[in-house]
Amino acid sequence: MRLALSSRLSAISALLPALVVMFVVYIGATSWTVWMSLTNSRMLPNSNFVGLRQYQLLLGNDRWITSVHNIVIYGVLFVSLTLLIGFLLAVAIDQRVRAEDTIRSIYLYPYSMSFVVTGLVWQWLLNPTLGIQHVLRSWGFEGATFDWIVRPETAIYCLVIAGVWQASGLVMAIMLAGLRGVDDEIWKAARVDGLPKWRVYVSIIIPMMGASFATAAVLLSTGVVRLYDLSVAMTNGGPGIASEVPAKFVMDHLFERANIGLATAAATTMLITVIAVVAPYLYWRARKGEMR
Amino acid sequence: MTALVQPLSAARRSKRMTPARWGLYAFIFITALYFLLPLYVMVVTSLKPMAEIRQGNLLALPAAPSIDAWVKAWSSACTGLTCQGIKIGFLNSLRILVPSVVLSILVGSLTGYALSLWRVRGANVLFGAMMVVAFIPYQVFIYPLVRVFSFAGLGQSLSTIVMIHTIFGLPTMTLLFRNYFASLPVELFKAARVDGAGFYQIYARIMMPMATPMIVVAVILQTTGIWNDFILGLVFAGRDNLPMTVQLNNIVNSTQGERAYNVDMAATLLTALLPLVVYFGSGRWFVRGIAAGAVKG
Repeated sequence: MRLALSSRLSAISALLPALVVMFVVYIGATSWTVWMSLTNSRMLPNSNFVGLRQYQLLLGNDRWITSVHNIVIYGVLFVSLTLLIGFLLAVAIDQRVRAEDTIRSIYLYPYSMSFVVTGLVWQWLLNPTLGIQHVLRSWGFEGATFDWIVRPETAIYCLVIAGVWQASGLVMAIMLAGLRGVDDEIWKAARVDGLPKWRVYVSIIIPMMGASFATAAVLLSTGVVRLYDLSVAMTNGGPGIASEVPAKFVMDHLFERANIGLATAAATTMLITVIAVVAPYLYWRARKGEMR
Repeated sequence: MTALVQPLSAARRSKRMTPARWGLYAFIFITALYFLLPLYVMVVTSLKPMAEIRQGNLLALPAAPSIDAWVKAWSSACTGLTCQGIKIGFLNSLRILVPSVVLSILVGSLTGYALSLWRVRGANVLFGAMMVVAFIPYQVFIYPLVRVFSFAGLGQSLSTIVMIHTIFGLPTMTLLFRNYFASLPVELFKAARVDGAGFYQIYARIMMPMATPMIVVAVILQTTGIWNDFILGLVFAGRDNLPMTVQLNNIVNSTQGERAYNVDMAATLLTALLPLVVYFGSGRWFVRGIAAGAVKG
């Protein structure tokens, strides 16, 4: 009995760091951020309550509007392209190809590298004077233009190219696990019925892989909201403010522009967006009884 | 084509190159080029002198390969005001990495163990909340944490950044170990308790030795994650401890005058080296790691 009590105390002592982190860092810091967003804090936090004034300012801020606009473009394209390419790569590898291990390694290696590295490499490749455009021209395509990274309207698509390059392999790995989990009996039955292979994928396999798609999609979308390093390394938000993203907006206003009220209002907006996506997903996973 | 379901002999027969199979290999070849191109360009560029880069072809092999750019990137490239190369950042990243990995795994495994095997009241609530938190962008926490650490007198320092990595690694590490311990036969745990072993004894003598595969996965996950971090190092490490990713960005994006692309690419490769070694060295363990840590995003 004494042992049981002391063990129980030990269990609680082991949970202390997690509890402190939970209350101080997660709950405490989040509430403080939300509270600061309701004040007119500039360089230092103050407690002059101004209601939703910062959110109003945020909605009238060009840079924020551009950031949101960009993250929507980036998010939609990045998630859909990565899912599509990742799935196709997984299907291709699933056809019992030669050198399967090597091919898989090639597809996945970018994921091991940081966004800073990814951003810098693609900045170099997309640079119009010496990069891909230069190569195309030297091959005789004199009029070839591929200067997206220096044009304000297209810079954000360059981030998409780099992001898709980095993350498609991850989706491939998730999808491949899903495909390998498909029962052979299904393939046999489909063959007996004489279904062409693509029909089996479209009508049977893809609907069966809902969980893999959901996992990959949630994973990629939460990565989208966090997007920061890639924008900093590749374009530094430029040209001008053309490739600004919300995470960068928050960081700049916190540490360079000394506008904490506005920055925390932006951060709170990001928080609400993420929770709106993640809460239903986690609830769904929990209901299915596989919190993992 | 339907090799997947056929017996071996039939599968072998189906490997004849049908048009569909040609298409498949063409697809694989083109996509593989897309994934390899940046790495190839980085390597060849880092081996070229600037004169060759300026007039030359991005894809061409270096006419006179030299490792000068690598030497310069390592020991004398300028990051902001100082010109001591990326080696400072490399050492900083190592000094951040080792304690962060050890501490985050220690705290995470202990939390996962307490949450899985001991009936602690509110365990599910705590766990559920941590899972939600794992998705929240750092920008939400960053400013209050800066204030808390400076209030605690730690400011920006090595111990701050180590604690920060431990804090943000906690949800994933807990998840990993909780699920693993929960999958072990509970008799093992009960037998140890009957024998009179206490909480920490069971953890240290039975659970952690059994968790070796999970520890490997956790090390891979945390090593690549922490090495690749940019934003946390930027904010919490302080000027003297900036990790390699931050210094790399400074080298490439703030040099004045003509950009030394060869040095930039060498520095980039040096920064990517450790994650690449971990990736190629650990093989399928890496995939297990990202699958397990998928929630970290």
